[in-house]
Amino acid sequence: MSDKPRGWLGRLRAGLGKSSNRLTDGIGGIFSERKLDATTLGDLEDLLITADLGVETAARLTEQISNRRFATDVPETEVRAALATDIAAILEPVAQSLDAMSQPAAGPQVILVVGVNGSGKTTTIGKLAQRLHEQGKSVVLAAGDTFRAAAIDQLRLWGERTGTTVIAQDIGTDPAAVAFDALEYARAEHADVLLIDTAGRLHNKADLMAELEKVIRVLRKIDTNVPHEILLVLDATIGQNAHTQVETFKDLVDVSGLVVTKLDGSARGGVIVALADRFGLPIYAIGVGEGADDLRPFTAQDFAESLLGLSN
Amino acid sequence: MFDTLTERLGTVFDGLTRRGALSEADVTAALREVRVALLEADVALPVVRDLVAAVQEHAVGQEVLKSVTPGQTVIKIVHDHLVEALGSEAVEIDLNASTPVPMMVVGLQGSGKTTTTAKLAKQLVEKQGKKVLMASLDVRRPAAQEQLRVLGDQTLIPTLDIKLGEAPVDIARRAMDRGRREGYDVVLLDTAGRLAVDEEMMNEAVAIRDAVKPHETLLVADAMTGQDAVNTGHAFNEKVGLTGIVLTRIDGDARGGAALSMRAVTGCPIKLLGTGEKLDALETFHPDRVVGRILGMGDVVGLVERAQDVVEEEKARKVAAKLQKGEFDLEDMADQLRQVKKMGGLGGIMSMLPGVGKMQKQMAQHSIDDGMIRRQEAIILSMTPGERHRPALIKASRKRRIAAGSGTSVQEINKLLKQFQQMQTMMKKMKKMGGKMPPMGGGMPGGGLPPGALPPGFGR
Repeated sequence: MSDKPRGWLGRLRAGLGKSSNRLTDGIGGIFSERKLDATTLGDLEDLLITADLGVETAARLTEQISNRRFATDVPETEVRAALATDIAAILEPVAQSLDAMSQPAAGPQVILVVGVNGSGKTTTIGKLAQRLHEQGKSVVLAAGDTFRAAAIDQLRLWGERTGTTVIAQDIGTDPAAVAFDALEYARAEHADVLLIDTAGRLHNKADLMAELEKVIRVLRKIDTNVPHEILLVLDATIGQNAHTQVETFKDLVDVSGLVVTKLDGSARGGVIVALADRFGLPIYAIGVGEGADDLRPFTAQDFAESLLGLSN
Repeated sequence: MFDTLTERLGTVFDGLTRRGALSEADVTAALREVRVALLEADVALPVVRDLVAAVQEHAVGQEVLKSVTPGQTVIKIVHDHLVEALGSEAVEIDLNASTPVPMMVVGLQGSGKTTTTAKLAKQLVEKQGKKVLMASLDVRRPAAQEQLRVLGDQTLIPTLDIKLGEAPVDIARRAMDRGRREGYDVVLLDTAGRLAVDEEMMNEAVAIRDAVKPHETLLVADAMTGQDAVNTGHAFNEKVGLTGIVLTRIDGDARGGAALSMRAVTGCPIKLLGTGEKLDALETFHPDRVVGRILGMGDVVGLVERAQDVVEEEKARKVAAKLQKGEFDLEDMADQLRQVKKMGGLGGIMSMLPGVGKMQKQMAQHSIDDGMIRRQEAIILSMTPGERHRPALIKASRKRRIAAGSGTSVQEINKLLKQFQQMQTMMKKMKKMGGKMPPMGGGMPGGGLPPGALPPGFGR
């Protein structure tokens, strides 16, 4: 958070604020009118559900609150703060900075980016490239999405914007071949980081998941330690299906971390809380906008507070 | 992680015997599970509340039909309510306006607008013989316009030439001009992806709408969308005005509760489903199918019907009796293989079952498929009646003969015999435990197949 902490926090809050308004209004509504009784707790649980926390997590958090034995005339802010603390406690272990990603002893750091279609993989790679470039690192991008029309162009545009080399081949090329070439190139050029894009794929498509396994297998012919990180890009607007997404990608390609995108929308991304609880995968960054500098570190307390409208 | 609704209800109604009518307590208990199932399917909470209230009112006092459990009765009522809520009839894309008919495609980023635009264009061209022009108004995302052009090239559908730096409204006007000049029937406008809360982008969509007055404004939404579906649907409908919804990525394993939320909050019909990455993977919306998914029960209704068609009552009873006496032989196993085939093969059954994504993967890994069923049937048919009745007779030389006769290998015969043995052991165990086998073809336990209809080796 070295650069413009106010600026980005403000943006995160502005983004999350939009989403938490309703939740906060709701909680305000509950507590200003009523006492903290069973009905109120039930409503609180419902409100967490509307933030996509999921039935189970919402129930557990509500139970924790009820076990704290608040006085029946407790002010609402106190309950909210307690909830935020509980949520932050779940998120704390997974909130990691991008610098915490595994680094190789020598050679380029290889990061494979995976996810379902439209989750924001290519954009995330562009933003990552920008950030790394600003840190003075040399970056190579591999256009491994050889399926989607114009995906290669999209990555090339990001390459131009961020002044990084893009290794690409024609549409329909085996993505494993693109990844292989890119790794050879990155090693030969002594690049610091290689970011590999992949085609979006639904996690229940066995053949496409097998293709992803092949990319990894082929990369490992060059170096058995790569990829050093496999990032799953998750769209915050997705609901409970995020569970099966993480589960399947983790099972099949051993995902090592998450990037959560589109947190500047009205979706609250509460499913992250449930995911942190269940999988404990580090969240390395969040996307709060379309600009190149809209990739931000994930901060547990800020996220929890924004989710509950406690910022400022 | 998600239990199917039928399983959940199974536990609620455990210990309840069948009786005349649903009591209030029955319904309340059942609806608690229905609520969880709907929420896990990402149906928005306000929508869930309304639904549960409506069902509660309707279900209390309903007769529990003979041969069905109270749980199934509640599910039926919920099912019917959901189908009604989703609009029971399919609504087509409306082309009934003067040409060129302007259509606008809106939605959040990454929901699949551009692909949907191309799919829709392709369908209009190929199925209805329309002349269609596509134009991308997305000047924000790098290469978005290029993406539509590439899709146009693939489908041989013309796209508006790209002029760098042109404003979206101007692109829209230019598209309509060209549409008029060159006699197009439909002009499809693919707008920039936006987040519902983005005022600026929303205003842009409104400006485009005012400039071209679209006859159809379709909201493209991802079937995986969470609770935010109501906000998205509401925002687009209120600001831009919608005429229909296209639900994409229905080929994923999301339960698709967003369909219900969006329909409820916009009142717009769901017109199309995006069912895959191929450009012809666009289907008309079938409420029943989506309802089955939302409830996490697959198309169990259809499966029961199919099972009833195939499984002859009399035969089923005989097999059940045999099972209980532990007299199940290879002849019966062959019968069951045939039943599976008649029900549309494994693929047919699996596609109708809830929560089978994982199981299908496991099956693929172990190369369990319809071919295997065919081979197993061939193996059994290559045996003598004596062998079928007393598999213990089958030793090395008989195995070789059977393998030659069925065009398989001795290993496959060993595998089949082992499976058969496992089935027998399992049945003996169940008998010991005093577990009663429910009659087949009748009541469906826990949303599964009638136990007898499961192919060998699939029993737990």
